[in-house]
Amino acid sequence: MELGGFIAYLVSLAIMASIYAVFCLGLNIQWGYTGLFNIGIAGFFCVGAYTSAMLTTPKPTGIYAQYVNQIFGLNLPFVVGLLGAAAVCGIIGFLIGIPTLKLREDYLAIATLGIAETFRLIFNNEHWLANGPRGLMGLPQPLQGIVSAKHYNYIYLIVVVIIMLFIYLLIERAIRSPWGRVLRAIREDEISASMSGKDIFHFKMQSLIFGSMVMGVGGALYAHYTKSISPDVFTPLYGTFIIWVMLMAGGSGNNKGAILGAYVIWGIWIGTSFMTDLLPYTLKARAPYIRFLLIGILLEIILIYRPQGMLGEEKRVSKLLEE
Amino acid sequence: MAEKSMLEIKEVDKSFGGLMAVCNCSLDVKEGSITGLIGPNGAGKTTLFNVITGHYKPDKGKIFFQGEEINGLPPHHIFKKKIYRTFQITREFAQMTVLENLMLIPEHQVGEKIWNTWFRQGAVKKQEKAIKEKALEVLEFVELIDLKDEYAGSLSGGQKKLLELARSMMADPRMVLLDEPGAGVNRTLMGKLIDNIRKLCEEKSITFLLIEHDMDLVMNLCNPVIVMSEGKKLAEGTPEEIKRNKKVLEAYLGGQYR
Repeated sequence: MELGGFIAYLVSLAIMASIYAVFCLGLNIQWGYTGLFNIGIAGFFCVGAYTSAMLTTPKPTGIYAQYVNQIFGLNLPFVVGLLGAAAVCGIIGFLIGIPTLKLREDYLAIATLGIAETFRLIFNNEHWLANGPRGLMGLPQPLQGIVSAKHYNYIYLIVVVIIMLFIYLLIERAIRSPWGRVLRAIREDEISASMSGKDIFHFKMQSLIFGSMVMGVGGALYAHYTKSISPDVFTPLYGTFIIWVMLMAGGSGNNKGAILGAYVIWGIWIGTSFMTDLLPYTLKARAPYIRFLLIGILLEIILIYRPQGMLGEEKRVSKLLEE
Repeated sequence: MAEKSMLEIKEVDKSFGGLMAVCNCSLDVKEGSITGLIGPNGAGKTTLFNVITGHYKPDKGKIFFQGEEINGLPPHHIFKKKIYRTFQITREFAQMTVLENLMLIPEHQVGEKIWNTWFRQGAVKKQEKAIKEKALEVLEFVELIDLKDEYAGSLSGGQKKLLELARSMMADPRMVLLDEPGAGVNRTLMGKLIDNIRKLCEEKSITFLLIEHDMDLVMNLCNPVIVMSEGKKLAEGTPEEIKRNKKVLEAYLGGQYR
C-alpha cells in the first residue's frame, strides 16, 4: 500500500475511534460514575443519527419523493443537527428514566435493551418515517469545500476530535465537582447517599440524561461521517456491545481511559479484519464470527486480569481545588 | 436536663407480611439527651430507626421531630430536618477516599448543580475550599486525619465506625441516630467513641439516640435507657433502674428469672 493511502486509512480509523470515544464518554457518565446499567446504547446511537439526518437534509422533492420517504427534512446546518440529536436523546433518556430509575438497576438494563431494538425496528419497518430499510442518504458535512473531497476526511477528523475533547472537558469538570461526587456516592451506596441528604432519583436522572445526550452527539457524528444511514447499522454488537468492551478495557470511571479504550479496541477490531484475510479459504466465510469470539475472549481476559481497565479510576476524583 | 421532646414516636406500627416488627410503639427522646435503645435481637430497634429515617413508611402512627410531623418523608428530606443516622453494618462509600466521604455530606453545595460546575466555577471552588477545611477539622477531631486519602473501604471495622461519626458531624445535625456504634470496635477505640459522642452532645448540643448491645457502653454513656421488646417499649429509666428492672431481665433471659 502506498503511504498516502495508508495515512488516509489511518485517518478513517481515527475518525471512527473518536466517534466511539464519544459513546464511551457517555456510557462512562452512566455506568462508570453512577452505576446505571445501560445496555441499549445502540438505541441512542440510532436516534441521534436519524435526528441529525432529518434535521440537516432537505425533504425530498420531485422525482426523489417517489423513492425517498422522510417525515420531515429541515435542511439546517450541521451544528443544529448535533444539538437536536443531543436534545432528542436527552428527552428519550428522561422518558426511560421515569419508570425505571426508582426500581433496581437491572430494570434499567432490561428497558434500555428492549427500547434500543424497538427503535431500530421502528426505523426499519415504518417506511413513512425515514425511508425504512433503505435509510437516508446525502447527509451534509461541515466545512465542506475547504479542501478537495478526496482529502475531506482530515477536516472531519479535526471536527470530531474537537467535539470529543469539548465533551471530555465538560464531563471532567462536572465529575471532579461535587456533582460528580454525589454520582459516585450513589454508585457506591444508594441508601447511604440518600441518608446523606441526596435526592437519588434526581441525580440518577441527570446522569442518565447527560449520558444519553452525549450518545446522541456520537450518533450524529457517525451519521455525518458516513453520509448515509440505515437501520442495519445500529445492531447490539456495533451499537452497544463493542462500546462496553471499550469502556471496560480503557477503564470504567476514568474519562481518559474511556477514550483510550475506544482507540485501542477499535484498532484491535479493525486489525483482526486484516488477520482474517490470512485465513484459509474455507474459514473465511466464518471470519466475522471468529472476530466476535476474539472480542468476547478479550473482554473475559480484561475482566479477570485487569478489572479496572488500562487506566483505572483515580484515587481522588473530587479535586477541583487542585487544578 | 432539658425536658423538651426532640423526637416523639406515637403508636407506630410496621409489619412485614405477617411479622409485626414494630407494634404500637411509642417513645420519647428528650432534647440534649443521649438516649440508649436496647432490647433483645429482633425487638424491632433497627426497624424503628428505618421508619424514623424514611427508609420504611410506618403502617400506622405518627413521628414528630421538634414538634413537626415527619412520618413518611423520604430519607433525603429527613436529612434536611437535621437528623443523621449511621448503620449497624457501616455503609461507607468504599471506592472514595475518607476525605471525599466527608466532603459529600454538607447540603446546599453549589457544585451539586451541574451547570454551576461549568458556569460558576469560582463559587464552587470557594465552597469546596470551605468544606474541605471543615472536613479536615472533623478528621482531626476523630483522629482519622492520617487516613484522609485512603479508600474508605480499606479502613478497619472500628475506623469505619469513627468515619460514620465523622460524617454525622459534617451534617451539622440536631439529632444523630447511631445503630450499634460500638459493634466490632476494640476497647481503646470504644473509649474514644464514647468521649466523642459525649463531647458532641455537650459542646454542639446534639441529641443522640443509639442502639447498642454493649452494656458497658450503654450504662456508661446513656441516660435514659429505653428497652424495646417485641416491637414496643418495655421500660424506660436511668441505667440503674433498668439494671434492676425484672421485666427487662425477663425479656433478655427468658421467663425463668421471674
